[in-house]
Amino acid sequence: MTAVEARPAAELGELTMAGALNRALADALRADERVLVYGEDVGTLGGVFRVTDGLAAEFGAGRVFDSPLAEAGIVGTAIGMAMHGLRPVVEMQFDAFAYPAFEQITSHLAKLRNRSRGKISLPVVIRIPYGGGIGGVEHHSDSSEAYWVHTPGLRVVSPSSAGDAYWLLRQAIDSEDPVIFLEPKRRYWAKAEVGSSPPAGFGSARVLRTGSDVTLIGYGAMVGTLLETAEAADGLTVEVIDVRSLTPFDDATIAASVRKTGRAVVVHEASGFAGFGAEIAARLTEQCFHHLHAPIARVTGFDLPYPPPMLEQHFLPSVDRILDAVERLQFDDEVALP
Amino acid sequence: MTVANDRVGADALLPHGDPRQLIAPDGRPTGSEPLPRPEVLLDLHRRMVLGRRFDSQATALTKQGRLAVYPSSRGQEACQVGATAAMAERDWLFPTYRDSMAMVSRGINPVEVLTLLRGDWHCGYDPYLHRTATQCTPLATNTLHAVGLAHAARLKGEDTVAVALLGDGATSEGDTHEALNIAAVWQAPVVFLVQNNGYAISVPLDKQTRARHLADKGVGYGVPGVLVDGNDAAAVYTAVTEGIERARTGGGPTLIEALTYRIEAHTNADDASRYRSSDEVAQWLARDPIDRLQKYLLDNAILDQATVAGIEAEGEARAERLRAAMNADAVLDPQELFEHVYAEPTPLLRAQAAQLAGELEQA
Repeated sequence: MTAVEARPAAELGELTMAGALNRALADALRADERVLVYGEDVGTLGGVFRVTDGLAAEFGAGRVFDSPLAEAGIVGTAIGMAMHGLRPVVEMQFDAFAYPAFEQITSHLAKLRNRSRGKISLPVVIRIPYGGGIGGVEHHSDSSEAYWVHTPGLRVVSPSSAGDAYWLLRQAIDSEDPVIFLEPKRRYWAKAEVGSSPPAGFGSARVLRTGSDVTLIGYGAMVGTLLETAEAADGLTVEVIDVRSLTPFDDATIAASVRKTGRAVVVHEASGFAGFGAEIAARLTEQCFHHLHAPIARVTGFDLPYPPPMLEQHFLPSVDRILDAVERLQFDDEVALP
Repeated sequence: MTVANDRVGADALLPHGDPRQLIAPDGRPTGSEPLPRPEVLLDLHRRMVLGRRFDSQATALTKQGRLAVYPSSRGQEACQVGATAAMAERDWLFPTYRDSMAMVSRGINPVEVLTLLRGDWHCGYDPYLHRTATQCTPLATNTLHAVGLAHAARLKGEDTVAVALLGDGATSEGDTHEALNIAAVWQAPVVFLVQNNGYAISVPLDKQTRARHLADKGVGYGVPGVLVDGNDAAAVYTAVTEGIERARTGGGPTLIEALTYRIEAHTNADDASRYRSSDEVAQWLARDPIDRLQKYLLDNAILDQATVAGIEAEGEARAERLRAAMNADAVLDPQELFEHVYAEPTPLLRAQAAQLAGELEQA
């Protein structure tokens, strides 16, 4: 596991997630001249979410620039640049707009190290604003993580807060492996204190709240919803885990929690069928079976294309829907035992 | 909107007239432009003779079951040798699965070239040692890697050029369009060499494009298009040399279409008689790239029969060494499957490596 040695140039303080990501990019560009940032509208405009605001002016058009509108081209050229010693950080403007790059990501970015017997390293970060809840029209709200986590050779991470976003992006840029960096766009404007050191190792999950009755597991925008659910769960002490690193998956931290609580609910926005939650539930069942008091529950988006903005509130996992799942975890059965 | 005044007129970007040809199929110089120096022509001839012997040996090894599959490049010697002979050591080659002769010409050990096709790993050589990317199987995807590497070299202040090889079929892929466009916008130092061999497996060119020439496609991107006789090594060498020189001196990318023919089927698993006639193959055999250059060199006393025999003998000796190496069973380590997926194996992979080790111990 690589550790980020470089400390931020100045105290970070309280930032929005978009601001924290901007600072992480600026500090990475400053710390390592091999880092460069490009994509659609990331230069002059500063990105449609302003994550790259001001970077082109500060670091110049050779290091932060607008590319032609071509996602396969962006990723394909990043592969070539990384082969020649650069560390590109590229942006896919929205989740569903990353799909034209699917072949470059899955057939080349993920496989070239293996194909070349370790001779070629591709330290490429692909930033993807993802997920719903912002009233976006079709193709602007997908959760695409299942495609990426199913591809060996990629690391897939997702920050849940500004505090984690800064350090997770620094760690991603520092990684010798390609990283799919999923940014929960509906948390872009949420503020939080950014600490002066990474809150957890790259590849580690984090226990954000301890409890003894049930473990809620999620990542990205859902983590905020899980914390609200924990507050709202009357009479139960709820443990909340932020997965952070989807691959590699931190089995040790998450299984330890579920062995302790004996109950777990896995939550994500993406459709449930063959979603990442299925993998988490299966792993926990294999690792925690004798500690479980109830089947692992999943609360996910329904198995349908992401809804239009006026209907999305019915699709997204809510506090109430998660509380309903918690209630079904056979607490009564346990009480009834002799 | 204003039109940038440095945009080159379309006419200047289009190829004009017949494909560039320096030596005619009968071995006579066309006189249309100066020939490369005699030493260069001798080098091209030697590389083609050795390349063809390698290729026929690989085909034979496939028939004996020693290779999983082999896509022969017989007939395309002038393209593969012309392109690689024009490159400097510091330049990068981005080959496809049909470019084994180009890779041998680049100096890669033939055994390592055939690792992918034998099936003991996906790539057998160190890409950095030969500045040759891993052989690319998904069509046209390598063109974007070439553009990225070339642009990175330029950003680093190097004068390295990338040469991307692709076929006629690959020009229909979206990545080719994106690569030409991005290379033009960035003025990346890349030469795109399309080996138009007439067929994408079985599909002929007229089902692939309505363009007059594939080289015409450059104009839409602001990239000069060059059309050459792909069975004339002197013409391919000259065109690629010019493209590399333009790229190296900041002139941006070039699209070269070389008209050639795939003499063998797509691979050993293909039956070309289902989609093309033997008459057509015979016509192209009469335009053989080696015969043409050899005749020119012999007629002009640049080469003699004894030297030809010497090169052929060297080809035989190399083929014998290749046979011996390929007839020895590959030494495989199943544990290596887990080693290169990530910079360091993940806990998941370590567990799976242990599982396989346990299974093998019990077997």
